[in-house]
Amino acid sequence: MKLHEYQARALLAQHGIPVTGGGVATTAAEARTIAEELGRRVVIKAQVFVGGRGKAGGVKLADTPAEAEQIASQILGMDIKGLTVEKVLVAEAISYQKEIYLSAILDRATKRVVMIASAEGGVEIEEVARTNPEAIIKIPAHPQLGLQEYQARELAFAIGLTDGKQARQFAQIATALYQTFVKSDASLVEINPLVIRDDGSLLALDSKVLIDDSALFRHPELEAMRDTSDEPEAEQLARAADITFIKLDGSIGCMVNGAGLAMATMDVVKLYGGEPANFLDIGGGADKNKVRTALEIILADPNVKAVMFNIFGGITRVDEVARGIIAALEEVPTSIPLIARLTGTNQEEGLRLLAESQLIPATSLAEAAQKAVEAAKAAA
Amino acid sequence: MSILINKDTRLLVQGITGKEGAFHTRSMLDYGTNVVAGVVPGRGGQSAIEDRVPVFNTVKEAVQATGANTSVIYVPAAFAPDAIRESAAAGVPLIVCITEGVPALDMVATYAFVEECGVRLVGPNCPGLLSPGQAKVGIIPGNIAVPGPVGVVSKSGTLTYEAVDALTRLGIGQTTIIGIGGDPIIGTNFIDVLTMFQEDPETEAIVLLGEIGGDAEIQAANFIKAHVTKPVVSFIAGQTAPEGKRMGHAGAIISGGEGTAQEKIKALEAVGVSVARQPTDIAQLIKEAMDARAVS
Repeated sequence: MKLHEYQARALLAQHGIPVTGGGVATTAAEARTIAEELGRRVVIKAQVFVGGRGKAGGVKLADTPAEAEQIASQILGMDIKGLTVEKVLVAEAISYQKEIYLSAILDRATKRVVMIASAEGGVEIEEVARTNPEAIIKIPAHPQLGLQEYQARELAFAIGLTDGKQARQFAQIATALYQTFVKSDASLVEINPLVIRDDGSLLALDSKVLIDDSALFRHPELEAMRDTSDEPEAEQLARAADITFIKLDGSIGCMVNGAGLAMATMDVVKLYGGEPANFLDIGGGADKNKVRTALEIILADPNVKAVMFNIFGGITRVDEVARGIIAALEEVPTSIPLIARLTGTNQEEGLRLLAESQLIPATSLAEAAQKAVEAAKAAA
Repeated sequence: MSILINKDTRLLVQGITGKEGAFHTRSMLDYGTNVVAGVVPGRGGQSAIEDRVPVFNTVKEAVQATGANTSVIYVPAAFAPDAIRESAAAGVPLIVCITEGVPALDMVATYAFVEECGVRLVGPNCPGLLSPGQAKVGIIPGNIAVPGPVGVVSKSGTLTYEAVDALTRLGIGQTTIIGIGGDPIIGTNFIDVLTMFQEDPETEAIVLLGEIGGDAEIQAANFIKAHVTKPVVSFIAGQTAPEGKRMGHAGAIISGGEGTAQEKIKALEAVGVSVARQPTDIAQLIKEAMDARAVS
C-alpha cells in the first residue's frame, strides 16, 4: 500500500525526522489558513498517486496566503493523468544548498533491509544508478540487530558529509528512517530530497512510503490511512473479499487461481488474439462465496464479452469452484458465454456439477483461450 | 533420483489439524509420503488424520521421537515465521513453508536464523515439492506428475501444475518439481535449485518458470551461462501485465520499467534457454531439447 506524501512525512516526523512545517488541505480556504499559520512563502503540492506531478502543474509556489488560496483552488479538482486531485499539501518553501538522497528498501538479493544513500539527490535514484552508479552507497542492516550506529555513520561519511555535526545529524536521520521502516512494516521508505539548509542542518523535503500489504493486519493505524479514492470500485470490492483483481481494457474476463497462472492466462488470451479484461486471482483454497463474488465483479464490467475460468486445483477444490459458479449464475444470470477449464483436486465432482450448466467446457488453457477469443469476437 | 525429497523423507506437519493442513496431509499420505508426525501445541499425545499420524506439542519432541527430517508448514501467516524458526532450531534440515501472506520483514530475521541453523527453507508462499513416485511435501497435485528425467522449478503454484501436466501428457516425467514462491524474501532461490538439478545425475533437462518483478530470472540466466550444461526451457508469466500494478504475488510488480517479462525472456534466450510462448509449449520444447541432446 502506498501512502500519500502528506501521510509519509507525518510518519517520518513521528519518528523524529525533521520535515518542513505545513498541513494537508481539501479546500482552498483550508490551504489559505495553513499558509497564514506558516506565515511565509509556501509550496502547494497535489496529493495523487502518480509520478510527474510537477510537470503536470500539480506543484506550485505561493508568496501570500491569498495566492495560496487561489493556487489551491486551481490544483484541487485538477485532473492529473486520469486522477482527480482531492487534497493538497501546503508546506513551507525553504532555501537550501544541496540535495541528497536517503532510503531503506527490502532487498531480495541480500534478503536484508538495505540503506541507500547518495550525494546526488533530487533526481530519481534509478537515474543515478544509470548515469553515476558509484554515487550510490548501499549498506545492509543486520537482519536481527538492525541498523547499527556505526553503519549510519559510515553512510554519512561515504556520501561526503565530512562535517562532524552534519554527519551526526545524518546518522540520526538514517537511524530514524530505518526505525520508520521496521515499525511500519514498510517495503520502501525514501527521502528525496533530503536537503542541506543554508545553516548546514538537514531537512526532509519530499518522501515516499510503501507498506508491505502482507503486514497490514498488524497495523490498523496504517490501514486507516488507505486512500481508495483513486481505486476503482470493483478493486475495492475484490479486496474486501480477499480477491486480487486488476481491471484492464480488454473484453475477456478471466477468473484464475494463482497469480502466476492468472498472468499466464492473460498472456495466452493475448497470444490467441484476444485482450484480457482483467487480472483476477481467487487465491488458494477459494470457497464458493469467493468464486461468486469474483464472477459478479467480472460481469459488472460492461466491456466483458466472454468469461474464461482457468482453475488448476491444488489447494483450491474444483467442486467448490463449480458450486460458486452455479450459485453466482442463479443470482446474476448472464447470457455472456462462459468457458470453463477446470482440472485438479476433486475434478470429477466439479465437472459433474457443471455438466448441466450453461458453461462451455474446455480441456486445456489453449483451448479455453481460443474459445473465449472466438466467443468475444462473435459478440463484438 | 530426485532432489531434496525422496523415499527416505520423514515428514512432520506443522498445523496438521487445521482445515488446509488436514486436507493436504491426507493427500500427502495417500500419495505414499512417509508422514511421521504432526505438531500442534497443546495437542501432544493425540493423533490426527484417522489415527494415522501421532501429534506432538513441539517440533523438538516430534524430531526426537520420530526422526523427522523434513517439515511442512500450514499454519496461518501470523504464526508461520515462528513455526519456521521452531523447525530450524530443532535442526530439521528441510523446512517447506506453504503459508502465504507472511510479512516480508519477519522473513528477513527468520531467514537469517535459518541460515545460522544451517538448514534449508523453501518458501514461504509456495506449493512445496513433489518427487513423483517417491514423496509429496506440500500441495502439488500428485496425479499430474510421473517419474522421469525433467526437473521443474517455479515461482508460481498453479502455473507449475499447468507445465507439469503438459509434460506428463507428452509422456515426459519429472525428477522433482519444486515451487520456490513469489515473495520478495524466500529461502531457496532459482540458483540453489539449478545447482541441485545440475548435480543430480537423473535430471536431464530443466524447466524454469518465472514471472515479472525482481531480477531472479536474470540472475538465473547468468548462472545458467556459467554453470548449467543441461538444457533449460522457460516460460515467463506476465508478458501482458501493466507497469506499476502488483499482480497478486508480493513480488510480481513491474516498477520503473524494471522486472518486465520481455527483459527476462531476452536474458534467458541470450544464454541459450528456449522460452515458450505459452505454458503448454514447454513440453514440446523440452522434448526437442532432449532429442537434440540424444543425437549429439
